[in-house]
Formats: sequence, structure tokens, C-alpha cells
Amino acid sequence: MTTLDERLGAVRASGRRALVPYLMAGARPDWTRLLEAAVAGGADALEVGLPFSDPMMDGPVIQEAALAALAAGTTLDSVCAELGALDLGVPLVAMTYCNVVYHYGLERAAGRLREAGVLGTILPDLALEELDEWAAVCDAGDLATVLMVAPSTPPERVARVAARSRGFVYAAARMAVTGAAVGLGDGAAVVERIRAASPVPAYVGIGIASPEQARAAAAVADGAIVGSALVRRVLDGASPEQVESFVRGLREAIDAP
Amino acid sequence: MSVMGPPDGRGRFGEFGGRFVPEALVPACLELESAFAEAWADPAFVAEFHETLRLFGGRPTPVTPLARLSERLGLRVYAKREDLAHTGSHKINNVVGQTLLTRRMGKGRVIAETGAGQHGVATATAAARLGLECTVFMGEVDTRRQELNVFRMELLGARVVPVTSGSRTLKDAVNEALREWVTCVADTHYCIGSVMGPHPFPWMVREFQRVIGDEARSQLEDLGVGVPDVVVACVGGGSNAAGVFAGFADTSARLVGVEAAGGSAIGHGAPGVLHGMRSMLLQDEFGQIEEAQSISAGLDYPGIGPEHAHLAASGRAQYVGISDDEVLDGLTLLSETEGIIPALETAHAVAWVAGAAGNELAPGTTVLLNLSGRGDKDVAQVRALMRGDG
Ligand SMILES: Cc1ncc(COP(=O)(O)O)c(C=O)c1O
Repeated sequence: MTTLDERLGAVRASGRRALVPYLMAGARPDWTRLLEAAVAGGADALEVGLPFSDPMMDGPVIQEAALAALAAGTTLDSVCAELGALDLGVPLVAMTYCNVVYHYGLERAAGRLREAGVLGTILPDLALEELDEWAAVCDAGDLATVLMVAPSTPPERVARVAARSRGFVYAAARMAVTGAAVGLGDGAAVVERIRAASPVPAYVGIGIASPEQARAAAAVADGAIVGSALVRRVLDGASPEQVESFVRGLREAIDAP
Repeated sequence: MSVMGPPDGRGRFGEFGGRFVPEALVPACLELESAFAEAWADPAFVAEFHETLRLFGGRPTPVTPLARLSERLGLRVYAKREDLAHTGSHKINNVVGQTLLTRRMGKGRVIAETGAGQHGVATATAAARLGLECTVFMGEVDTRRQELNVFRMELLGARVVPVTSGSRTLKDAVNEALREWVTCVADTHYCIGSVMGPHPFPWMVREFQRVIGDEARSQLEDLGVGVPDVVVACVGGGSNAAGVFAGFADTSARLVGVEAAGGSAIGHGAPGVLHGMRSMLLQDEFGQIEEAQSISAGLDYPGIGPEHAHLAASGRAQYVGISDDEVLDGLTLLSETEGIIPALETAHAVAWVAGAAGNELAPGTTVLLNLSGRGDKDVAQVRALMRGDG
């Protein structure tokens, strides 16, 4: 079994800037088809949202997707069952909120996710101060804990966050929840602070919505995360082909010389 | 850790509390924690807080012996009259403290969440007094249910933002306030409405509310009652209860928190993480948060402050549930026997005392009832309920 560190380290070693699309599990019945489409379009890794009723770090688009997924009966178990049956060929990172894994039981949740092929998790409401318990479980189970650095994170804290982050560090481009505004924002400065503190790859997210923005993000960082812009298309009924072509547009912009 | 002392260094009360927030908000929580700790240790700040409560907030509020109710129930019941405080409830204590702290931190704006509008009105009031800009998040459903309170806030110069996400009620208003806070932490304080949220909020709000319990303790001494056998308060997030309990935590008084039966986080909840805290929460088998159901908007919250979760777990306080039907009886009982129309929230505590009299509460038991607010805001709703079209 490989780890997220190894997989994303290899992406960087190949000289490639990573593209990480975000999709909400269960937002549509064909959601796993959309994961495959994103991979076909050129994703290096996928962020998979596990829906929570009260997503504090998410704006209206991902909230809507979460509510749709919950209404369809999506659970950690149902997501893992479907993911386990896939062979996507790229690493998966689950994004959800503390209560979902706490309620399931930390060890049980980590084991179930890893079994389904998930290599890392992002819990945006779990900052450094509360991290120990979950990190210990994840470290023991080869599940990466991806942490965020925000524009408000002071430099000495950036070093501590980066030291605990596995796979990559999520560089938040702005002081905002997902999908609220677009553009690279403070992304470049945040990445610079992470790089000064740690060799872990830094991926920029929160506000990366278009090929141009993905290109700008990848120019300053090791990767770009695209969430709400993609989820909006999914909620509006985009076909798997349209998802693939949107992701390919991002890919081409990132890779263009 | 002493009973109702400060939380530990991580903001924990036993296994509850903590700080479960996005990284973007951590620096603001740390700043607030040290700003509050410094201010609360600064005699000048504490003096200004109490002076403001005295000259503006209507404190001290009296303790009233409830003679006719006592006779009816065979108990000795005393009421701490938070209904007589400015804006009609204990909420003013907290907002006076937080707005003074906002100014001290050099911030010019506050945001708040509100359910029925009581905390929103109180925040708008305290903000107006200090010339702070004020934005209040209120579930769209609640803005329609409580139109008059929306107008009150606007009269006070606040902007009210209807929240259309999720269930469009209090818990979503908290989510939206937290989302907004991420975008403006540098110049804005989140004036949270109860003993909930990430550390240091539960501790800070309890400290601003402990004036209720501290006053009542000495007022009962002055009345010759001494320490009552029972201290009872209604519990939504738990701020009025925490405030009154804090004055009696080190005594032998039995502490009773009364939740709405349909919002009973201690009675029907399980441990979990929401709104920045680990506490007892109403949730389904998958950890999705459930909506509370209560006749009173102020108790319509699926969680409870973490210190209450700890007081329940440790056995120092006891939490009980009261159904919507019993609440109306409690409200009319207090109105008719004592000439005090309580808020629907408060009526839960009245109803528990009435129901417990003669069984759980032996004849002659002394009871301090925290009368958290007055019922004016609820009169139209109560009339509709009594006519059977509520
Ligand atoms: C009069 C009154 N009592 C009680 C409450 C519940 O809040 P808490 O439990 O924080 O005291 C409210 C909330 O709006 C209220 O208005």
C-alpha cells in the first residue's frame, strides 16, 4: 500500500503541477462516474466530500451539494462501499467535518476509509490544537491528515501546521469559505510562507474556478484545488463528458508552456 | 479543576469544549482568549462592565419572593428577575461585556446570530450604545416568525441578514455567522449569544453572566434565606443557567437545568462536535445534526454549552425536559399568581418547579428560579396557541 506522501511526492518529482478536483459524494446518483470523468480529464488526485449537515467552512454551492447527498441517504459507509468498488488510479482524499468521523468512531472511520482506498483526509474544523487524537489514529493507519494554512496563520504557526500536514498542505487563497469569491487572492503569499517552513507540497484552493486561475495557482504552488466551480456544474446537471472536458480545460491551462 | 472554574488550557470542561474551528479562525480565537483574560483581570475593565450594567442595563435586578406561588406549591420560591434587565432578559449582560471587549480590542464591528431575536436585539442595543457597526444573522424562517424583532434591530441601527441555508433557523444562523467571521476577523468580533462555540466563548460568556448568580447569592443572604436548596434555570445554549449556577457551584444547592423536551441535548443527545465545540448534540445515527423542536425559539438549539455537558456528566447539575404543553401551564401559573408574564423559555423552568413540587421537591424546599426573561415578545404567539390556531 502506498501513502499520500509517496503518491503526491511522485507527482512533484515528475515535474507536474497537481490538479485536484473536488466532488461531493452522493450529490448525484452517478457521482462515481463523475470521479472517473475527472480522472479522464487529467486529475492527479481527487478530493471527495462526505456530506455533513452543518458545513461551517463551505459556501452555498457545496452546502447545496451536501444537502442533496444527505437527502439521497449518503453515509460514510455508502460512500466507502462505492469507492471500494472503483479503481481510479489516482489518490483519494476525503473531505468532511469532525462530527462525521467522531460519531463513526475515529479508528473505525480511519480503517473504513483506508479500506475503501482513501489515502488522506481533510477535516476543516480540526485545527492544530485538537489534532492529536485523529492524527495518532491516522498515522497508525497510513491515512494522511491534510491541514490548512490560512492567510491569517502567523509564520511560526505555519511551520507547526506544515510539520503536521501529510501529503500536502492546503493553502487557503483567501479568508473565506469555499465558493464565495474567485481568484488567486493571497494564495501566492500563503504558499511562500509554507515553502519557507516546510518541504511538503503546497496546493492552493478556495477561489480557483477557471483555467486561468488554475494556471495562476499552479504557477506559484505545487498544485491547484478546484471545488465549487466544478460542483456548481454538477448541480446544474453537467454530464460526465462535460465534467471531463471542464477538468481537461484546467489541466491544459496548468500544463501549457 | 474546581467546579465552574476556568476551563483547562485547551478550553475543556472535562471532556467537553475545546476549539474545533477552521485554521482561518484560530488566530482570532487566540487573540480573543488573551484579550478576555487580560480584560477580566483588569479592575478598570471589570469596573466599567459593572458600571455599564448598573447605569444602562438596569442592574442589579431584584430577587423577588414569590409568595402566592410558594403557597400554591408548598415551597419557598424566589425569582431572580432578569426579566427586569434592559431589553427584557439576561442577554444584556453578555452583550455589554462582549461589546466593551470589542472596543478594547480595537474592532469597530460586531456580528451575531439570533433565533427568536432576543440576542440580536440585545447585541444591536449594546452596539448602538458604543457606536459599533452591527450585523445580525437570523434564519429566514425566524425572520418571518419574529418580524417585530427584525424591525427592532433595524431601529437600533443593525443590519439583519436572513439566512437561507440549511434549516433556515438558529443553528444555520450560527453557521452563517461563523462563515462571515472568517471573512472579517481582523476588524470584527463575533458576539456569540450563549455559552457555546469554540474556546474561549463558553467560558467568557459564563463569566459575563455570572453576575446573575453572584448577585442572587448575596441577595438571598440579605433576605435571610441563605443558600437555597435548589437553583433552577431554563437551558437553550445555557447562558442564563451557567450564570446563575456559577454563583452557587461551590454550595450544596442542587442545580437543575430545564431543557425543552424537543431540544434536549443532554436528555436525547450524544457527544459530538458542532459550532466549534465538543458537547452533547441532537444528531442521527450518522452524526448528522438534527433540528430541535420547541415552542420557544430561544430553546430551539440542537446543542448545549460544553460546560453543561460536563456538569451533567460529573453529576454536579441535573438536566430535565419539559414538553410544550407544560410550558403554557407554567406561563399562566406565574402570570396569574405573581403578576409576572415570563418568556416562553423561562416558563420551562416555572413548569418544572410546579411539576416537581410535592414529589421531587419536598414541602418547604427553598427554590431560586432564574427568571431569565419577560414574556412580552411571546404574547402574540401565546394567544394564538391558546386559541388553538398556533
Ligand atoms: C428569556 C430567555 N431565556 C433563555 C434563553 C435561552 O438562552 P440561554 O440558554 O443561553 O440562557 C433565551 C434565548 O433567546 C431567552 O430569550
